[in-house]
Order: sequence, then structure tokens, then C-alpha cells
Amino acid sequence: MGSGIQAVTPADVALSVRELSVSLPGGMERAHAVENISFDLMRGQILCIIGESGSGKSVTANAIMGLLPKVIRVSSGAVHLDGMNIVGLSPDKLRSLRGRVVSMIFQDPLSALNPLMTVGAQIEEVMAVHDVGTPKSRRSRAIDLLIEVGLPDPQLMYHQYPFRLSGGQRQRVMIAMALALEPAILIADEPTTALDVTTQAQILQLIRDIQRRKGMSVMFITHDFGVVAQIADYVVVMEKGRCVEQGGAEQVLKSPSHLYSRRLIAAVPHLTGKDRVPLHAADRVPILKVERLAKTYRSGSALFGKRRIVPAVNGVTFDLTSGRTLGVVGESGSGKSSLGRLLIKLMACDSGSILFEGRDIAGLSEAEFRSLRPKIQMIFQDPFASLNPRSTVGHILTVGPVAHGILYSEACERARELLSHVGLDSGAFDRYPHEFSGGQRQRIGIARALMFRPKLLIADEAVSALDVSIQAQILKLLDQIQRETGVSMIFITHDLRVASQICDEIAVMHRGQIVERGPPSQIFLDPKSAYTRELVAAIPGEQAGSMLEHAANP
Amino acid sequence: MTAIVAHAAPIRWWHSRAVYRFMRHHLALVGIAMITLLVLACAIGPYALAYDSLQIDLRARFAPPLSGNHYFGTDPLGRDLAARLLMAGRVSLLVGFSAMLLSTLIGTLVGVTAGYRGGWVGAALMRTVDGFLSYPSIFLVLALAATLRPSPVMITVIIAVTSWMETARIVEAEVRSLREREFVQAARMVGLSRRHIMFREILPNAIGPIIVAASLAVARAILLEAYISFLGYGIQPPMPSWGNLLNGAQQYLASAPWLAIIPGAAITIAVTSFNFIGDGLRDALDVRDDHI
Repeated sequence: MGSGIQAVTPADVALSVRELSVSLPGGMERAHAVENISFDLMRGQILCIIGESGSGKSVTANAIMGLLPKVIRVSSGAVHLDGMNIVGLSPDKLRSLRGRVVSMIFQDPLSALNPLMTVGAQIEEVMAVHDVGTPKSRRSRAIDLLIEVGLPDPQLMYHQYPFRLSGGQRQRVMIAMALALEPAILIADEPTTALDVTTQAQILQLIRDIQRRKGMSVMFITHDFGVVAQIADYVVVMEKGRCVEQGGAEQVLKSPSHLYSRRLIAAVPHLTGKDRVPLHAADRVPILKVERLAKTYRSGSALFGKRRIVPAVNGVTFDLTSGRTLGVVGESGSGKSSLGRLLIKLMACDSGSILFEGRDIAGLSEAEFRSLRPKIQMIFQDPFASLNPRSTVGHILTVGPVAHGILYSEACERARELLSHVGLDSGAFDRYPHEFSGGQRQRIGIARALMFRPKLLIADEAVSALDVSIQAQILKLLDQIQRETGVSMIFITHDLRVASQICDEIAVMHRGQIVERGPPSQIFLDPKSAYTRELVAAIPGEQAGSMLEHAANP
Repeated sequence: MTAIVAHAAPIRWWHSRAVYRFMRHHLALVGIAMITLLVLACAIGPYALAYDSLQIDLRARFAPPLSGNHYFGTDPLGRDLAARLLMAGRVSLLVGFSAMLLSTLIGTLVGVTAGYRGGWVGAALMRTVDGFLSYPSIFLVLALAATLRPSPVMITVIIAVTSWMETARIVEAEVRSLREREFVQAARMVGLSRRHIMFREILPNAIGPIIVAASLAVARAILLEAYISFLGYGIQPPMPSWGNLLNGAQQYLASAPWLAIIPGAAITIAVTSFNFIGDGLRDALDVRDDHI
């Protein structure tokens, strides 16, 4: 580890972390949130800290900012900022550093902005609390900042409230606030994770531009190797609170030395551009045929106030044969999740038809559709919300089949069988969901969907909430299940890289419509529509990605 | 693929953070202790005392507290006040508990149905709740009690019918937010019936707020019973209740104040204890980020 850090003159180092340990309160799964980590952030460089959830990367950032909650303390080590150790500094002194010397942007720009203050007022507040400038100069500076972060119509934007802005615009406002006092160091804690891929590309570009223009040092925390490949100069890989590897971006990405970094890089999904090898092509039967499906959301009361009408799914037509996987990709608000919910009839459609095994299910009532439910099952996005916290895993798996008249003993047997099939031990049967990790819960969700031996499986962002290594395992499991059972799948995702891993065919959705449909090779290598081209171009780190691939499989 | 073992030990309910938070709430613990004491005294006490609650002894009228074996003194007919207080406690606490159970049942049924169904069913049910709430409940209780023949069962029903609305509103709001959770969508996906989803999947997740509302409902039911009986429309003498003991004490306030003070203290202790328990439960259960 130490070999990665070369001797440098202090003048080049903006921030130096030395043997920092942060202890956790007793009763947690490990004693230290971060343990004995050291790295240097050089002036005018972007340092990426990468790790999976629970690796301690956010704790590191918060320790530097002095923003750790009371129960979590820095137990040893030092953080040198301009030659001064800021660990153990008084809250007043830390406060004067924050914003002025070091500033931070957060993952969720909506909860990090005050909903009751205008954008302009929030930017001015940062300057006012540090007694910088006069009200008038602050105002003009705020407008300048809004221009600097590329927001349209800054004069108008100045008077807007955060809820009127899109996610990308909010993140730009956060960046403007962070830049207000011209800090030497910017800490960005997963600033693009909550954003769409095209917005993410713009924000990454913006951070890179500003960093170059101002010669700032940026500490960028992320879980996405694509992002790292795009912007990092220097990389620190963290695992379970320890720094397992660090070095120049080129070196770490191309020839990772530590086993964990190698595994992490190998797990990153890449655009393959290759089509999947179809399985038993001979006995392929059409299973689903969707025609001109439409759904419009109407909100607000007809009696009081204005009604809002949002077309979510607008004339969608596609078909699917047995044993194949159709990927539905699109950004948030494209209607892809609504489409999934329409197909499984968790929502009624307005018009159009859904022919499932030749029978139109679009107009069926809940009671009529009930006997068909076992044939169409869904895997949900959020493994924490999709399992009833008050039910045991056994109950979650068996309650459906039992309601459809299958004997309890039979259902139990199938449940235990499936649990071991999806890679959980049979002891899981009597446990409650909160005793499992995210990846394990998603396995339970998959087992639940398989209890009925369905013909069609709809996976709605089934791997989006998971770490990359877990993501790769779940994708492998889904692929294996399809090969064994010949189930058809509709895989809804916002991540084109994931879609390219598992899909035979991909449909790109934009504003409720399918703008392009085709095999991955066409979508990624030769996109026909402008929107698809934009989406593919926005995928972070793909030029570097092909490079990674060679490194991972030499 | 290798089996992944869940390494967390099963968590029992008494290890949960909710119980830990409740145990830290000292007033709630005092409340529990007081209620336990009160219930035990009312259940066992009458057998241990020297006098029966209906035994009249005209020679010992208006005996002050601590005279002979009359620990709390006697009333205008020379009946032992301690015996009457404990017998009254049986009636009052029983009416309070039963009214709470009934009102929680009605409120939960209405709330879960309105919250899960939504639409016009939900609107109709919730407007009914609003209708009930718009009557001053004391008025309604008195009007009902004056027209119907008062008996403990009838009083219980009257109190329950006028106090289920709060539970209904709490449960409706809770269920409406739970309805959007993915596990409910998943329950629909596997084809569970609406009733099964409402009462077996959603209801257990809304149990926290219901328990809190119920503990506060007991306190209110005891108070309501005391009101009605004090005004003479409730439990009828000679059957004692804390309310009608107060009623009987009215005219002797100056000469025999203990006749009013002692039942009054019993009501106060019961009501404040239940309120403390309710507060403790609210702090313990009503934490958003802790859905265990």
C-alpha cells in the first residue's frame, strides 16, 4: 500500500489523510468504519474513492468535513489541510473551514437543498455566513455562479425554488453553492448516482471543466468504475473500511494489483455489442404480443383545482417469444416502469391490447385475471421494500401458491428447493427479511417470482439497488434460470450496460414511446435514432471500458 | 453457486429497539406499574377486605378514613368506601378496556378498508368519520345514554361508537402509505385476495400506531364513563363506578371530602397512567426509520 505513495513536496498536496481510523459504536458488524487509511489529494487533481456500499467511503468524506454523527468518532490518525491537522479541531474553526476551504456536494440534491428558500438565497447564504461581500456583491456573484454551472436563464433561476428544478439542475445549484467561496478542495459524495445517464454525463463534464478552469482539487466518491475511468487522475479502492489499493487511474484500471480491485473491475458490466447466443431456437413460440398499449396518469381532483395529465405509456407495440429476454431501457420518466406494471396488471391500461399466449388480458377484471397471475411474475426494484417486514421468508414464498390452492406442505418443499437454487441456505426459510443483505433479499424476491413456474418474468430495475459485484451474481442467476426453465423475460433497466449483458433484444423508451428496438449489436454499435445515440454516448467510461475489458481478460 | 449464509442471529421482540426505547421512558414504566397495581387491587382486593361493598352499617356512617377497618372511611349509608372503590374500579376499568377494544376494532376495520380501497369507498367511509367527529362527542354520549337503558354493556357500546374515529383516521393514513410499498404490489402479483392483503399483509405493519391510539383510547373511555355516570346517565347505583361514586359525594363535599377525593384520585391515576403508557409507546413505536 505504502509503495503507491511517493514522496512529494508538501506544496503539491492539497489534502493529506494519514492513518485515519474512525471507530463505530459497539454492536455494529465491525469495530471501525474506516481503518488506517492514508492518501494524498494533489493540487489540481481529481481523486476518486471507489468502493461498494459499506466500504467506508462516505465516512471518510464526512470525517474530513467534520460532519460525522456524534456516535462515530475519529479514533486515530490525522487529516492535514494546508499543513494543519483538522482532526479534533473545535467546531467553530471547522465551520470556518467548511465552504471556504473545503466544500461538499451530496448524492441527493433534493434533500440537500432547503425547499423553502429560493436558489439565489441559498447561494447567498453560504457567502453571508462567512461574512463575504455585501448583499449587492453577493447577488451578482450568485448570478455569476449560476452562469458558471451552466444553468439556463440565471436571472430567472435565481428566484426559483428547488422543487421547480430537475435533478440535474438541482445538482448544478449544489455545485454553485459549493463553489461560492472558491474553495481549494471540493468533495463530491456520489453526486451523479441519483441522476439519469445523460444528465450524469453533463454533470461529470461540468465538474471536470470547473476543476480544470479553477485548478481545484476534487475528491470524488463513487461506486461506479465507469465514472472513475472518465474523470479520475488518482484512484483509491476501499473495501470494508480499508484501503486495498491506490495509484494513478491508468495503473489501477489497467493492471489492478489487489484481488478485490480486480474482482470489482471484472464485475463492472460493459457494453458488449455482441448478441446473446440464443437458446434452443427450434421450439420458439410467441408468448406476448403488445399492441398500441397506452396509459395516461391523471392527478388532482376534477372538482377542485387543475387536473394534471401525464401520458406515461403511449402506443407501445412489441412482441416476445419464449425463452427470450427483452430489455426495456430508458431514463426516469420514460414510462418503462409503468409499462411493466401494465403488463402484470398492477395497473389498468387505458387502451391497447396485451395478448398473453394468444389471449387478450388487457381488459380482464382482477377476478378473471387471478387464475393467470401465476404465469406472469415480477421481480421488484427495491429489495428492502418488496418483502413484507413482518413475514418470514417461508411465508412470503408460500402464501401465493397456498392462495391458489396448492397444499402448504408442497409449497414449503418447493420454497426450500428454490431457496437453495437461488443460493440461500435452507435456514433462510424461518427468518425475517431484515436479517438479510440487499443481494440476499433480491434472491428471495427471485425465488418468490419462481414459485409458480411462470411463463413470463418481468424484472423491474431488479439489480439497480445492488453493488456491482452482487449485480453480476444476480444477472448470472437470472441467465441461468432462463436457460433451465425457458422462461421469457422483460428486463426493465436504466443502465444500458446491464441491459447489454442479459438481453436478446432491447427496446429504448423515451417519453412513453419505444423509439428504437433491435438486438444489442444494433442498439450499441449502430443506433438508428438520435435519442439512442445520445444515451449510448452518455454511458460513463466506455472508451476506457473496452480497455478495462482487455485488462480483466488478458 | 455456493450457499450464502445469513449470519445475523434471529432477533427476538424483546431485543428490539422499540422495547429498549420504551424501557427508557420512565413515566411509561411508572404508568405500567400503576395500572398493574390498580388492576390487581380491583381483582383481588374485594376478597381481602373485611367488608362487602353493599353491606350497610348505619352506625358507622361518615366514618373518616383510617377509622377501624374502614381504610378509606364510609359513605352516607355506612358502606365501606375501600370495598366500593375497588368494585367500582372493576366496572370502570372493564368498561374502559372493552370500549377501547370495540372502538379499536371498528376504527381499524374502517381505516384499513378506507385506506386500501381508496376511491369512492374510501371517500364515503372517511366522510362518515368526519360526520361523527363533527358532533361534540359528550353531547352524543349523553343523548344516547339518556334514551337507551343504561347498563355496563350499553355504556361500553355508546363510548365505543363515539370514539372510534381517531383510530380510523390514524389507520387510514398509515395504510394509504403502506399500500404504495412494493411488498403490497408483490402480494397482488402472487394473486392474494384483497381481504388477505388488507388484513394479513398490511395490517401487521400498521400495528404500532394502532396500539398507541388504543392505549390513549382506554384513558378516554374511563373518563367518558366517569362523566356519564357522574351526570347520572351511566352506571346506576347500587352498582358502583368511579363516576357515580363522585356523583354520590357531591352533596357531602364539605362534611365528608374523602368521598370525592378518593374516587377522583383513582380516576386521575388510571387516566394519567394510560396516557403515560400511550406516550411511551408512541416514542417507542412511532419512529419512521425503524421498521423492524
